[in-house]
Amino acid sequence: MASAASPASARRPAKLAADLGVTALLSLAIFGTMVGLRTETIPGGLELQPQWTSALALAAVAVVGRLVLHLTVWSRPEGAPPLLPMGVRARVEQAATGTGKVFGPALLVFALLLPFLPFTDRYILDLSILVLTYVMLGWGLNIVVGLAGLLDLGYVAFYAVGAYSYALLAMHFGWSFWLCLPLAGILAAFWGIILGFPVLRLRGDYLAIVTLAFGEIIRIVLLNWYWFTGGPDGISGIPRPSFFGIPFDRGEGGFADTFGLDFSSMHRIIFLYFLILALALLTNFVTMRLRRLPIGRAWEALREDEIACRSLGLNTTSVKLTAFATGAMFGGFAGAFFATRQGFISPESFTFIESALILAIVVLGGMGSQIGVVIASVALIGGFEVFREAEDFRMLIFGVAMVLIMIWRPRGLIATREPSIFLREKKSVSGALVAQGEGH
Amino acid sequence: MAGDALLEVEHLTMRFGGLTAVDDLSFVARRGEITALIGPNGAGKTTVFNCLTGFYKPTVGRITMHHETGDTFLLERMPDFQIPREAKVARTFQNIRLFGGMTVLENLMVAQHNPLMRASGFTFGGVLGIGGYRAAEREAVELAEYWLDKAGLMARADDAAGDLPYGDQRRLEIARAMCTGPKLLCLDEPAAGLNPRESEELNRLLLFIRKERDVGILLIEHDMSVVMGISDHIVVLDYGAKIADGTPEQIRNDPKVIAAYLGVEDEEVEEVEHEIEETAAAAGGEGTA
Repeated sequence: MASAASPASARRPAKLAADLGVTALLSLAIFGTMVGLRTETIPGGLELQPQWTSALALAAVAVVGRLVLHLTVWSRPEGAPPLLPMGVRARVEQAATGTGKVFGPALLVFALLLPFLPFTDRYILDLSILVLTYVMLGWGLNIVVGLAGLLDLGYVAFYAVGAYSYALLAMHFGWSFWLCLPLAGILAAFWGIILGFPVLRLRGDYLAIVTLAFGEIIRIVLLNWYWFTGGPDGISGIPRPSFFGIPFDRGEGGFADTFGLDFSSMHRIIFLYFLILALALLTNFVTMRLRRLPIGRAWEALREDEIACRSLGLNTTSVKLTAFATGAMFGGFAGAFFATRQGFISPESFTFIESALILAIVVLGGMGSQIGVVIASVALIGGFEVFREAEDFRMLIFGVAMVLIMIWRPRGLIATREPSIFLREKKSVSGALVAQGEGH
Repeated sequence: MAGDALLEVEHLTMRFGGLTAVDDLSFVARRGEITALIGPNGAGKTTVFNCLTGFYKPTVGRITMHHETGDTFLLERMPDFQIPREAKVARTFQNIRLFGGMTVLENLMVAQHNPLMRASGFTFGGVLGIGGYRAAEREAVELAEYWLDKAGLMARADDAAGDLPYGDQRRLEIARAMCTGPKLLCLDEPAAGLNPRESEELNRLLLFIRKERDVGILLIEHDMSVVMGISDHIVVLDYGAKIADGTPEQIRNDPKVIAAYLGVEDEEVEEVEHEIEETAAAAGGEGTA
């Protein structure tokens, strides 16, 4: 709207009234149709039920909101100090990047102690396991999206492959979790390469669309291959994890009995917590290590400029395939964990919204940033739980929060990039210089 | 040895649909020499480069790289990424293509990807911390430091490549190409957009590469001070075809070249030729007087 672009002139009452009038008309036009008219099923068809009060209330909120904005934010004289002083902003940026060195280890210590803290109950531990699963998935996807710059909208497919691999191998052959875990990772990596081949030549939006389709194909195959995957019924009775062969059972030979403890159902939860923590840390460790190896630098170089990579003798085919395979492998590990934790899996757990959520974690955290993924997972998954009471508005609140964060920090919470090697002094690279790669 | 044929281009033709961008071009670039490829805009110079470095597959023709070991490589048959790796041909780009979000040092490390990849046991050894990766990385950093020093970029080693001024970016791109250990360095307009001081620094870097490293350089350039100042041999293209081939002195006085650059009609070429002779005679007269 024109008046928003020139706030100074809107202070004059006539213009202000005109602007509010336009706002009222527009919001009535939108809410009048969307909220004001409601279809109800009646015998013999549908009936329109007017709900004018709700529509008017929403329109009133829009008008009053705009009036408030006119009187406060938009009426500030030009050259007035910004609402958030630049100093504060710079300090926040500094704190976000500078404390990374202290913040990471502190978070790790907290994560290690969490099950033994006095306020920790089953609910908190279950939630932490969920958050850590998403941290691990975020780290896995970060390799593909953040480092190699290949937008993958079907990452959940590898999560599904890992989960079904573990479930089927463990159920049919009775193999242990520790044997199935690497197999699930290898199978997921294999499917990562299968996805990698067709998208090798694709750029930009086309890459994103094909990965999206791949995620859907996997889900639909799982849904329809009834005799093998159980279709929509899923697979139930997946073996629960044991402590290196010792089951978490009550009685003789169980975990509590072997270690002379009183039986508690928490033992298994604590074990699962440490299991996912270890898997997530493994993902992090390997990723950090790979970043300092030639393959990691090649991924980042691929994100920056593919043609320059080829001119330097990098085989971009294998660089892309290794990125897809490595990312998929960690997705597969997380899937195997998911299957053993839930004891039941069905294609419903692997819908597109999961891919979108994992991608949101990576983008919100700042592409390529490991600690950013942790913060974003805690904020998103933890936030979902906090707002569980506000059931209907949960998605709305999150949509608004995401938009606000992306306006404030368009390149994610941690936008700067840490160099993988330095000669004299380690200097962070500003996010503005870092390319985003294909498909963004 | 210096003076041997390093790159042989024979009957190179590149057609895009009905357009013949390069027409039956043959020339030789020699080891330890700077060969310049010049011509008016749209003459097909960059297309020749793209054929040499595998970004295009030529319609007709043969491109042969001769190593001093006696190995020969037919570049038109190799996939693009193998040309720098096996045939040792490195290139830079007209519009600079650095890894802007990575530091200067990282850019030079990516250029040494293939030897480092082998040293890291194709990543497996590197992840587990076994094998000679650490030593190999140290060597790679040393090579990078060597070229940083030669390119005058030592002080900027830890800065993002995208943060460097234009002239530094040009030299960094050359340093990065040199880190691949090439036998032939193909430079696409390295002096474009440089100020006279930066041009001078570039000339020095190129002469150093030729003198010290026994590397052949193939150069596309519009800046005549660079071309005439440092090249040993010049090939002139116009409308995709070669119109002249010789030393800077010969090219400077070639009527066809002058006509191509000034854009005179074919009938007027003789006229121009005549004028040049007169000017040359006058200049010669002054010299002896």
